[in-house]
Amino acid sequence: MATPIEFARKLKEKFGELVSAPTEFRGEVSVKIADAERISEVCAFTKKELGFDYLVDLSSVDNYGDDPRWTVVYELAGMAHGCHLRLKTDVSEEKSELPTVTTVWKTADWHEREAYDMMGVRFRGHPDLRRILMWDGYPYFPLRKDFPLAGKSSELPDIAFTKAAPLEGGPFVTLPGGKDSMAREPRVRTPEN
Amino acid sequence: MPTTTEFGYNSKIEGEVIHTQVDAALNWFRKNSLWPMPMGLACCAIELMAAGASRFDISRFGSEVMRFSPRQSDVMIVAGTVTYKMALAVRRIYEQMAEPKWVIAMGACASTGGMYRSYAVLQGVDHILPVDVYVAGCPPRPEALLDALIKLQKKVGQEPLVRNLKRDAAPEHYGSLGVELGEKGEVVHR
Repeated sequence: MATPIEFARKLKEKFGELVSAPTEFRGEVSVKIADAERISEVCAFTKKELGFDYLVDLSSVDNYGDDPRWTVVYELAGMAHGCHLRLKTDVSEEKSELPTVTTVWKTADWHEREAYDMMGVRFRGHPDLRRILMWDGYPYFPLRKDFPLAGKSSELPDIAFTKAAPLEGGPFVTLPGGKDSMAREPRVRTPEN
Repeated sequence: MPTTTEFGYNSKIEGEVIHTQVDAALNWFRKNSLWPMPMGLACCAIELMAAGASRFDISRFGSEVMRFSPRQSDVMIVAGTVTYKMALAVRRIYEQMAEPKWVIAMGACASTGGMYRSYAVLQGVDHILPVDVYVAGCPPRPEALLDALIKLQKKVGQEPLVRNLKRDAAPEHYGSLGVELGEKGEVVHR
């Protein structure tokens, strides 16, 4: 019976330096793809040769303050062998663009639209790269770390408007691992305290 | 021995005639058949459905006729989270409702934005609509919605209806209604 780590090794045999050594955490195997430009080629191989016929999720991470700023994460699964595999690839803020994988999995269409809508990462070759949750013309990317929790005001006549929400001193953040409920409960927490 | 309860009126003594004021009569018509426009946007709509079903039975208060057309409804029940993407659609539906019209903001989200202090959620539907009754709860129980409806009925029952009608019918107030009169007194739509 095949295991995720074997699939990761097969991927490394095929692509060599492009694919990092697999890392395992709680039974979940991830590999890093060094060059985001070749992500669709790697994905096509995982689907056709390794049997990962299902793209469970495609998400994006904002490593705010680090370079490269974006990490795009592909969560793969194979129906026949039941294994999961996670691919990660970095994209710089200046570029903010990488090839689409809609050519490999059709389901990537809406996932990529969501990643574009929320984070502003563009997917080259996508058949219909529009915003999916916010409306066309909304000027911000709300899931970015430098976007305030309360939001920003915007105005698009006859379509939609937004205003910053009153946070009343918040955001109120829960602190895990406090010694009692008084220490754990949601409070105003600035980076200083 | 009387077989029916008296409501300040006894047909055996007074005959089939009721003396009342036009205000009171018209308000009585209005408040006992408030047809809702179910603006169900989130989980509050489930409680709204429960209020409409047999156990809670909103028809006891004359509001069982849920109209899915704004043209035929009197009270918009905003049940749920109003996102900015939906906000202007909600206002447009409200504007399509015929006068007189009222609004119930059902639940924490419709009243204040609720737990969503967020870039995507309107912080209370009263930013775009004139709300008559707010209902607390997340979601409110159907009884709470019925209580809001009874409160709204009290409010409707106290409106100086004839005075308002006279005011609106006076030509000098046509402008405030978005209506202009032509030379022969005909209505000119802008």
